[in-house]
Amino acid sequence: MKLVDSYIYLEKIRDLIYSFLEARDRARENAYPIRQATPLVKYGFISMFKGGVIMDVTNPEQAGIAEDAGAVGVMVLDKLPYDVRLAGGVARTADLKVIIDVMNTITIPVSAKCRIGHTEEARLLEEIGVDLIDESEVLTPVDERAHINKWLFKTPFVNGARNLPEALRRIYEGASMIRTKGEPGTGNVAEAVKHMKIVSRDIAMLRGYYVSGDYEAIWIYSKENKVPYELALLTGRLGRLPVVNFAAGGIATPADAALMMWLGADGVFVGSGIFKSRDPESRAHAIVLATAFYDDPETVVEAQKMVSEREAMMGIDIRTLKPEQLMQVRGE
Amino acid sequence: MIRVGVLALQGDFLEHVELLREMGIEAIYVKNPSDLERVDALIIPGGESTTIASLVKYRGLAPAITKFSEDGKPIMGTCAGSILLAKRVVDRVVGETGQFTIGLMNISVVRNAFGRQNDSFEAVVNIEGIGEVKAAFIRAPVINEAWPPAKITGYINHPVAGRVGVSAEQGSLIALTFHPEITGEVKIYKYFIDFIRK
Repeated sequence: MKLVDSYIYLEKIRDLIYSFLEARDRARENAYPIRQATPLVKYGFISMFKGGVIMDVTNPEQAGIAEDAGAVGVMVLDKLPYDVRLAGGVARTADLKVIIDVMNTITIPVSAKCRIGHTEEARLLEEIGVDLIDESEVLTPVDERAHINKWLFKTPFVNGARNLPEALRRIYEGASMIRTKGEPGTGNVAEAVKHMKIVSRDIAMLRGYYVSGDYEAIWIYSKENKVPYELALLTGRLGRLPVVNFAAGGIATPADAALMMWLGADGVFVGSGIFKSRDPESRAHAIVLATAFYDDPETVVEAQKMVSEREAMMGIDIRTLKPEQLMQVRGE
Repeated sequence: MIRVGVLALQGDFLEHVELLREMGIEAIYVKNPSDLERVDALIIPGGESTTIASLVKYRGLAPAITKFSEDGKPIMGTCAGSILLAKRVVDRVVGETGQFTIGLMNISVVRNAFGRQNDSFEAVVNIEGIGEVKAAFIRAPVINEAWPPAKITGYINHPVAGRVGVSAEQGSLIALTFHPEITGEVKIYKYFIDFIRK
């Protein structure tokens, strides 16, 4: 027998071993047929939010209004971002009792915010069973250098971002969803517009590199912006953010929501805009309509007519805010 | 040429359309009653059933979809879509919600029957006429009852919920409480497309 013949025997032995291993894996799978918290289940869940509105609420009554208006989810906070701004001090996660009350009142997904880097608050939220955790700059960060390692959680996370590198870093840390940061609690959509456009331009640039086969440029981009090359490459290949991207921060009217959808958002978060206005019921429903039918001007007009500018929340001009009052710079 | 419409009010309609196009089937978004005239079959995607229901109502799509079905054209509802097709809906925690549905199928569904998002899962299920399929159950409902002419065509053995119905059929209507578009399960689409050819 020649030496090369033994290679063929070895290959057969290897195939045999692998077939045993495969059989074992199949038997295991049948014993535990249900696989929870897989990436598909997390990203799939987020995918169901698309074209919808997630509304900030502080109690079960507001959550009920949001559900009746057609929200795809609610975000439970202790104070609305506008009030967080007024109150100052340290903003923390909402009362667990309130969150549980909301979960027992409505049928749509319930999210809650935890502080940036506060792994324990996130664990508590996971334990009581919220559907989505927002590691949010609206609350006071506890870790200036590192975010939560979100891969360790069963519950999906959403994170804010001002630009593409920030978004890709959050995705790398395990975020299942991204939202623009905007400037929360201002009723001023200007910053959200800015952030969405910055993200889109970077994506267009990466797409251009990818299409023209300039992988070196993608490599340089990832190095200069401190993002993993694989994620930059994936973004270029897809021509969009690799996860669902919502707009947030300052959306207050149906037209604001439709504008953000035109700019490429997959949906919107409305914070103070609804429950800081004097017509929350009709405004909530109007924003839902304007988001779903943003490409149909007639419907957006109808939605915009359902609200009155006199009832809208008072906005804050971002130029009047001091640098230390800006929330968007928290956690890069 | 077969053209399939995907109800595109809210939810993961993009995933359905992309999968159909990859299979070489023409797919379009349905946002208005008039769009239904241009399609041979309709898919109602996953999403938030209360939101989709409220938008269906606002757009006056319910009578149009009912007529579409009466003309013998096939409709498939996945997850939230199955809720919209059901005649009766309850929620596991909240109970009777009185939520609006199109109500074409003689089935009763329980919303969020497996629990919240942390209880969402992937599994392989066996569907009558289709065989084994990969399925993603995301805050999924279950079909707890079907009366003629509808019948339950697939079950899952869940450690907490027990043996529960996950798919049902009634004439040319299919209700699935899971997401074939998320797991890319082509078998189900082929089965559905065959309905059009019949």
